[in-house]
Amino acid sequence: MRQSGRSTDVDSLATGLARDRFPLLARTIGDRPLHYLDTAATSQKPEAVLAALAHFYRHQNANVHRGLNTLAEEATEAYERCRRRVAGWVGAPDAAGVVITRGATSSLNLLAHGLEHLLLPGDEILLTEMEHHANLVPWQMLARRRGLQLRFIPVRDDGELDLDRLPELLGERTRVVSLVHASNVLGTVNPVAEVADRSRQRGILTVVDAAQSAGHLPLDFAAVGADFLVFSAHKAYGPMGLGFLVARPEALERLEPLEGGGEMIEWVDLESSTWAEVPRRFEAGTPNVAAAAAFPAAIDLIEELGAPAIRRHEAAVTAYALDCLQDLGGLTIYGPADSERRGGLVSFWDPLVHPHDLSTILDRHGVVVRAGHHCAQPLHRRLGVPATTRASFGLYTRRDDIDALIEGIRDARKVFAR
Amino acid sequence: MTEGPQDALYREVVLDHHRHPRGARPLERFDVQASGKNPSCGDEVTLQVAFDGDRIAAVGVLSQGCAISTSSGSMMAELVVGRTVEEAAQVAERFKKVMHGDDVPAEVDLGDLEALTGVRKFPVRVKCALLPWITLLDAILARRQGRAASDRVMDVTFEERS
Repeated sequence: MRQSGRSTDVDSLATGLARDRFPLLARTIGDRPLHYLDTAATSQKPEAVLAALAHFYRHQNANVHRGLNTLAEEATEAYERCRRRVAGWVGAPDAAGVVITRGATSSLNLLAHGLEHLLLPGDEILLTEMEHHANLVPWQMLARRRGLQLRFIPVRDDGELDLDRLPELLGERTRVVSLVHASNVLGTVNPVAEVADRSRQRGILTVVDAAQSAGHLPLDFAAVGADFLVFSAHKAYGPMGLGFLVARPEALERLEPLEGGGEMIEWVDLESSTWAEVPRRFEAGTPNVAAAAAFPAAIDLIEELGAPAIRRHEAAVTAYALDCLQDLGGLTIYGPADSERRGGLVSFWDPLVHPHDLSTILDRHGVVVRAGHHCAQPLHRRLGVPATTRASFGLYTRRDDIDALIEGIRDARKVFAR
Repeated sequence: MTEGPQDALYREVVLDHHRHPRGARPLERFDVQASGKNPSCGDEVTLQVAFDGDRIAAVGVLSQGCAISTSSGSMMAELVVGRTVEEAAQVAERFKKVMHGDDVPAEVDLGDLEALTGVRKFPVRVKCALLPWITLLDAILARRQGRAASDRVMDVTFEERS
């Protein structure tokens, strides 16, 4: 174990926060305790969320907004309670501005489709070089359909966005800026409020992808100042198959719905229909009611521990991991050197061991990491590396998880020493 | 450390090929160059193949990837040089079948490739082992069609089973 110093002196580093409330973390991999370092792919779920999922299916299971009976009323209330709870949690001005989706990817596709009718050939959409494919491909599809230009804020060598380029990139034809809050590869926390502010001055719509920050960094819709904020529940200790698009209700009014079907309509004739009010206009079909019923339990936990305390803890884990990885020597570590400037993850390249081999050897140590391009191929080309190994952290991560990672890397280097 | 299934993956013969890859240098003269790429993990291999009539005279295996793909390419360099195109294609097809869990007659000799059959326990890594061989089949196809180059991005899930 490494002697901790400076910012790693946080009480929770040794124990993690609320770790005993995450039953899966007690399992083993082979004969080794599990060290789960892939929270950026999906977080583990606290007992309260699992219990809420089961409770819904055992006691309340019914479709929403449809039946005039007790079960349907309870299910609808559980679903709408999630909307209100999320609105309050992220400081949305109105629960009617919260669209419940299947995840951040669905939310971004909804936006890329919903804004299409506002755009003309030759208009520009500004993204960044560090986007997850979810905030890249839907805009590429839109650009192809509509004859738009995509432009990109470059990533500097220190892992930060080159915002000096912003004045020239925000051009006469720029209509939408969409960028990630916290990078899923570099960890970089982008100054989204500044970008949103500069965009708004020019009448440009701003989209912020908060998939990696929701539940990990303090997140406030008003403070971010974007027109649209998207995130998934499953990276924020909630269930899979649930996500959100947060906006002012007036902003949602400008979007065309992507999916047609039940629930999103007001009046349907054989030849045409009128849409329901926002946000239900964007919620065609049967939603994941159980996941919505369970997600408030995750928000309860986050609020109980407090967003600043969670942030402090994850920054301490990140600082400790950065120190340990640097001590190993020979690694290329990506993203800002300062743990205060980054979210809870570290991606690196070890010239001695390919990420896939490392991932397999780490599994023998009970250490779960992600190896590959993490759905950010253009960023990896920018970094000049085919793949990286990523260790990502949550509120439950503790020092011995990092120690096991380091021990595993040492073991892998022994196996592959040339 | 107890022995886990990973030890079936990184056997000494595999590691030896990884540490000292055979044929890992560009050829001065070659007839076909074929590249294969595995987008899901970033593995890349470029094969340079020189033919002498119907035989494979030399192979340059330029790999960038994990130990499984580099050692598989190294074993290929050992196995196919001096063989006819037909024989090399047969080895490639048999190896593909073995890695996909199909029964193969016991008399088929895969040489050091036998050591890679442990990869079958790790389904996501099978494509790493197959990348050089599928690229070799591309090179052979290019030769037969009179082309000098071939480039392929392997399908993430369904790399040809034929």
